[in-house]
Amino acid sequence: MKRVLVVGATSAIAEAVAREFAARGDALYLAGRSIERLQAIAADLKVRGASTAAFGGFDARETHEVVALVERATQALGGLDTVLIAHGTLSNQQECERSIPKMLEEFATNAGSVMVLCTEVANQFEAQGHGTIAVISSVAGDRGRQSNYVYGAAKATVTAFTSGLRQRLHSKGVKVITIKPGFVDTPMTAAFKKGALWATAPSVAKSIVRAIDRGSHVVYVPGFWRLIMFVIRSIPETIFQKLKL
Amino acid sequence: MTAGTSWGRWPRYEHQFRSVSHRFDALPRETSMLAYGNGRSYGDVCLNDRGTLLLTRGLDRFIAFDPATGLLECESGVLLQEIIELVLPYGWFVPATPGTALVTVGGAIANDVHGKNHHRVGSFGNHVLEFSLQRSDGSILHCSPQQNPEWFSATIGGLGLTGLITRAALQLRRVPGPWLRGDSIRFGNLDGFFALAKASDRDYEYTVSWIDCVARGKQLGRGVFMRGNHTQLLRATPSDKRLSVPFTPPISLVNGLSLRPFNALYFRRPAAAQLNAVWHYRSFFYPLDGVLNWNRIYGPRGFFQYQCVVPNDIAHWVLQAMLEKIARSGVGSFLAVLKHFGDIPSLGMMSFPRHGVTLALDFPNRAAPTLRLLESLDQITRDAGGAVYPAKDARMSGSSFRQYFPAWESFMKFVDPQFSSSFWRRVTGDA
Repeated sequence: MKRVLVVGATSAIAEAVAREFAARGDALYLAGRSIERLQAIAADLKVRGASTAAFGGFDARETHEVVALVERATQALGGLDTVLIAHGTLSNQQECERSIPKMLEEFATNAGSVMVLCTEVANQFEAQGHGTIAVISSVAGDRGRQSNYVYGAAKATVTAFTSGLRQRLHSKGVKVITIKPGFVDTPMTAAFKKGALWATAPSVAKSIVRAIDRGSHVVYVPGFWRLIMFVIRSIPETIFQKLKL
Repeated sequence: MTAGTSWGRWPRYEHQFRSVSHRFDALPRETSMLAYGNGRSYGDVCLNDRGTLLLTRGLDRFIAFDPATGLLECESGVLLQEIIELVLPYGWFVPATPGTALVTVGGAIANDVHGKNHHRVGSFGNHVLEFSLQRSDGSILHCSPQQNPEWFSATIGGLGLTGLITRAALQLRRVPGPWLRGDSIRFGNLDGFFALAKASDRDYEYTVSWIDCVARGKQLGRGVFMRGNHTQLLRATPSDKRLSVPFTPPISLVNGLSLRPFNALYFRRPAAAQLNAVWHYRSFFYPLDGVLNWNRIYGPRGFFQYQCVVPNDIAHWVLQAMLEKIARSGVGSFLAVLKHFGDIPSLGMMSFPRHGVTLALDFPNRAAPTLRLLESLDQITRDAGGAVYPAKDARMSGSSFRQYFPAWESFMKFVDPQFSSSFWRRVTGDA
């Protein structure tokens, strides 16, 4: 049985991952903004087999709450083995271009708060000598594009930060996993016509859990995004700047 | 599949979409809404042309399950398949199930679906203990036979028109495991069906027949009778490998050329005559769930389902008249199904299941000739005092509907003013 803290537990991907853990009887602590939603998700996870499904309110913009959150989760589960950091907002690029406060806020939510959480958990895991930190980054962080480069910059930060953290903790028995989902079909996108690039939240969740079990380093979910992003990163800048991506 | 189409893939309409993924969220402010679950109803009961569809598959959480009593509480977007996967290891099963497990609980209530055990347990609504109904005025009604009983009755079989069902509590039924044991028996004509039904309905919880609707003359109404009971058996569960129809062929593969040989082969195949056979529940209840997107075989124009129920005492003659008409038309179906409905009354004021014999068929959409055939079947159903199943319909006339469902006028006052469907406008618009 693993003791897992899920931050941003009301997101579709996080909820799907939590169901995978629940099905094998793991103990879960869910953190998110809406208590009502967390309560509904926790009840569901209990039915699906979670040995514990505790929850508590957490707003990633309030970084001073991080220490208390990790403490509460550790206490509720009697220790921590795995942390999944999955919170975030899908920034509105145009709004970020018009408003600098908005841009900074988006960056703080999607990058700053992740760095704070990772640091807090990393120190605890380093001291205990084991643990896995899995962080949801994004393919959007692999190369900035005009359609969402504020979000992309935050995710690039997360990717670079977790890369460094992985090196730091490599010899300490602590695993750091950077997860880069592509297009995921969630309730929010149910009405879109979906091409072959779309994956469902449950299938993405299975890949994420497999990566956590194996202690992978950087995983693209689904895997073919590694190739797509390799191609996109390889496009020379002179050509890339003319593309409408 | 894309949200906003129904299983018959006809008609095709334009919709706005709103996802509902948390049951405590307020309803969106829209003037014309309708819940859309997994899109398994065939015609237009789940469509709302130029209106809004509330996509409810995100409401897929369990709320409570008691393995000791078989009481299950869940959100309305949970699929029957998801329930079975959760509860079967504890020795429970859904109490009534249609021929696909890929329907949501909300859809099963709104259409008051039925299964092969109708003669024993009634329809789905008979096993619903209570549910919550969200109305566009912001109120939430808790409905059960004791609490808001009139809303309970209006919403079961209420075609999603009374508001949004957000959660429900069901009483599951005990089973010894995933296996069923029973017989598959050929019968040579309609008399054979009635004799087998009479002999089987008492001892078998599940009975259903496939019929060859191409056969004529002395073989009119020949088919294969299946009957079974849950059974205890220690055996490895077969793999859940699924086939798929990967694209829509340019024309219907169900046509005059394929129909006759298929039906003849299906009738003569060795598995059609098997005593003391054993089935896994998936192949017994849901053979077509193993073929993803099977509805594509009817080509780009989709298909019609026709399911009617007619009173027992005249069923033989009525069915004979219908089957003759269908056999003559040559546009019959692969999936013709015949079954006895028992006398347990449905709880819904608009429910379809009622005591009698039900016949279900599908027809590739060949426009006018198909519509003419179906209207002539409706004429027989009307004269027989029967009814046609709205969940499978895309074409019955308003006057037929109002004759089949005389409670429709008293039902009107339960329809939420902000809810509507293409079906509802079609069958009441000319009243």
